[in-house]
Amino acid sequence: MSKDKTLGETLQERGISRRSFLKFCATTASMMALPPAMIPVIAATLEKLRRPSVIWLSFQECTGCTESLTRSHSATIEDLIFDTISLDYHHTLQAASGSAAEQAREEAMQENYGNYILVVDGSIPGENNGYSTIAGISNKDMLLEVAAGAAAIVAVGSCATFGGIPHADPNPTGAVSVSDLVKDKAIVNVPGCPPIPAVITGVLVQFLTFGLPELDQLGRPAAFYGNSIHDRCYRRPFYDKGLFANSFDDEGAKKGWCLFKLGCKGPTTYNACATTKWNDGTSFPIEAGHPCLGCSEPDFWDAGGFYKALSIPTEDIGKTAVYAGAAGLIAGAAIGASLRARKQSAVKNHERVTIDDLDQES
Amino acid sequence: MTDTEFLLWVRGPAFSAATFIMCAGLVIRFLEIFLLGRKADLAEARGSAAAGGFRTLFRRSIPDAGSFQRSGFTIVSGYIFHIGLFIVIFLFVPHILVFETVSGLSWPGLPSNIIDATNVVTMIALLAVLIHRVKDPVMRMLSEFNDYLVWFVTFLPLLTGYLAFHRVALSAPMLIGLHILSVELLMVLFPFTKLSHAFTLWMARWYNGAIAGYKGVQS
Amino acid sequence: MTANGMPAPGFEASAPCAPPTGNLVPLMHEIRHALTRWLEQGEEHVIDLRSIPLAPGEEDRLLAQLGEGEVNARLSIQGPSDIIETRYPGVWLITHYNENESIMGRFIEVCEVPGILTSQADDIRAGLERLEDQLSNAETTA
Repeated sequence: MSKDKTLGETLQERGISRRSFLKFCATTASMMALPPAMIPVIAATLEKLRRPSVIWLSFQECTGCTESLTRSHSATIEDLIFDTISLDYHHTLQAASGSAAEQAREEAMQENYGNYILVVDGSIPGENNGYSTIAGISNKDMLLEVAAGAAAIVAVGSCATFGGIPHADPNPTGAVSVSDLVKDKAIVNVPGCPPIPAVITGVLVQFLTFGLPELDQLGRPAAFYGNSIHDRCYRRPFYDKGLFANSFDDEGAKKGWCLFKLGCKGPTTYNACATTKWNDGTSFPIEAGHPCLGCSEPDFWDAGGFYKALSIPTEDIGKTAVYAGAAGLIAGAAIGASLRARKQSAVKNHERVTIDDLDQES
Repeated sequence: MTDTEFLLWVRGPAFSAATFIMCAGLVIRFLEIFLLGRKADLAEARGSAAAGGFRTLFRRSIPDAGSFQRSGFTIVSGYIFHIGLFIVIFLFVPHILVFETVSGLSWPGLPSNIIDATNVVTMIALLAVLIHRVKDPVMRMLSEFNDYLVWFVTFLPLLTGYLAFHRVALSAPMLIGLHILSVELLMVLFPFTKLSHAFTLWMARWYNGAIAGYKGVQS
Repeated sequence: MTANGMPAPGFEASAPCAPPTGNLVPLMHEIRHALTRWLEQGEEHVIDLRSIPLAPGEEDRLLAQLGEGEVNARLSIQGPSDIIETRYPGVWLITHYNENESIMGRFIEVCEVPGILTSQADDIRAGLERLEDQLSNAETTA
C-alpha cells in the first residue's frame, strides 16, 4: 500500500535524487526561518515520514486559500508536499464528485481514524445550518464529525481561523471559526486573506516534521506569526524619523515613506509578509505602496476602516463632541442657575463664608 | 475578549463615551463658573480692565524673582513637564492625526525618536515632582487624594505611550489599547479635578488682571 | 554624490528608496570569523541569507562584493541550483531556484566544498544499480 512507504522510499522510486531532497530540506528550513543547523534534522525526519492522510474541508470560503497554495510558483515544494501527504478529500482538487467523493472521505476517515490531519478553509454558519451544506450535510455537522477522528486540525485562512469576511458586520449567516466549534482538539491557526503560500506549506511541513508547533495566544505558529509587520518593515526607519506619506502617490509615497497615515495596520498585525513576502519573495503590499490591511488578525474587516490610521478613533468624535457640548449647555445652564440662586439667597441672608465653603472642589 | 477586540472597543465606543463626558463636563464647569457672576465694581475706572486682563494672561507665565527663590524646583520641573507634555501630545504624528480627524486642522510633527526622548524627560520630571510633593513637609500637608490621582492619570498615558512605542512585554494591540484607555481615563477625569486648570487658568488670569487694570495698578 | 543627492554607492549605500540596514559589514565580518575558524579548527559555517533583513539592492551589493572565483557549478535538481566559489576561496554562494527560475533559497557556506555538491551515497547506490542493469543487458545482447 502506497500509504505505508516512507517519503524517502517514495522519492527514490520517483527518481528524485538525494541531492534534490537535500535542496528541498535546505529551502524548507529557510522558509520556516529555522537555522541551517536544523537542515540535517529535517532531512532525517522527513525521509522516515509515512504518508499521513489529509482531509481538506472547504466551507464558506472564496477558495482563495486553495488558489494561493496551488498557484504558488514554487511548484517543486508544493508537489513534494502533496506527494508526501495523501490528499483524500478536497472539493476543488479531487477528481471524484457527488456521493463517490463523500464515500471516499468516509473510507479515509475509517481507515485512518485518530491519525488523519484535518485541514479546514472557510467559516462555518454556527446556528442556521442551512446556510452552507455539502451533500445535504451542514458544515457544522461535517466539521464536528471529521474533527472527532482527526489527530490535529489546521485552520487555513482568516475565515477558518477567525470567521473572516462572512463574519464581518452584520454577519448574516452567523459565521464562526473552527476554534469556536471544536474545543477538544489541537488547532493550528494559519490566518491571512489569503495566507502566504509558503506559510501554508511551511506549517504543514513543520507539523509533519516536528509535530505541533509553538503557538501564540491566537493559536498561530510563532515561527511565521511571531513578529509584527511593523517590526520587520523596511520602511520602519521612516516611521521612526516621522516621515510619512500623506496620500497615495504624493511626494512622500514616491520616496517610499511610512504608510501609517494612510491606515497601515502593520503595527498590530502579526504575519510573515515583511520577510517572506509574496510571489516567492517578490514584494508585499507595503513595498507596493499600499498600507497593510491587517488580514491575519481577527475582525480585520471591521477594524475601523482600512484607510483610517491606527491612532484615530473609529466613531464620529466630532459629532459626539457637539452633542456633548449641547448636553453640557443644557445641564450647565440648569446647574448654573441653581448655583446662582443659592448664592443670591446666601447674600440676601447675610450668610458667612466658612472654611468648608473655601475647601469645596465643586 | 481578545486583544484585538479590546483595541477596537477602546478606539470605538469607549473613546466616544470619554469624549462625551469630557466635553459635556467642561461645558458644565464653564457655565457653573460664569453663571455665578461677579459683583459689579461700582468705583470709577482708573485704567483699562481689558488691557490688564490681556497682559496678565502672558505675564503670569514668567515667574518673578521672589517666587523663583521660594519654589525654584517646582517652577523648573513644572515648566519641564508641561512643555514635555505639549511636545509629546501635539507634535507626535499619530496624535496629530487624531486632532485632524476631530478638528480638520493638521500641522507638522517631530521625528518620533525626539518625541520618545522628550517622553522620557517628561516622565522623569513628573517623578521628581511627585517625590518633592511627598518629601516636602508643606506639600505633604497640603496634598490630598485628588492631587495624587491627578498625578497618576497624567503619568499613566506617558508610561503606556512609552511601552506601546517600544512594544515591550505585551502584544501590540494590547499595548496601544492600554495607552488609549489611559488617555480616556484622563479625559473623563479632566473636567472634575484640578486638571481643568488647563482651561480655567485663562479665566483666572484674565479676571485678576482685569481687576487690577480697572483699578489702574500693574498686575 | 549621485544625481538625487544620495551618497555615491559604496559598501553601505542602497537603492534610493530604501535606507541601508547596515547589515553588510557585520555579515562580512561573520564570514571572516568563519574562515578563521575553518583554518584553525576545520569548523564549517552556513549563513541563510533569507534570515537577514536586507533593504532592496543590498543583497546585490553583497553578491558584487563576494564576486566570483574559480568554480561555477550548475546543478539540475528539481529546478536549477547555482554553486559558485566566491573570490574568497572557501566562501561558497549557493542559490536554489525552482523550475520557474524563482529563487527558493540562498546560502553562504564557509567550507572546503558544499555538501550538496558532493555525490550522495544513496544516489551512488541507485546509479550503481542502473549501471549493473545496463551492463547485464549489454552482456546478454552482445
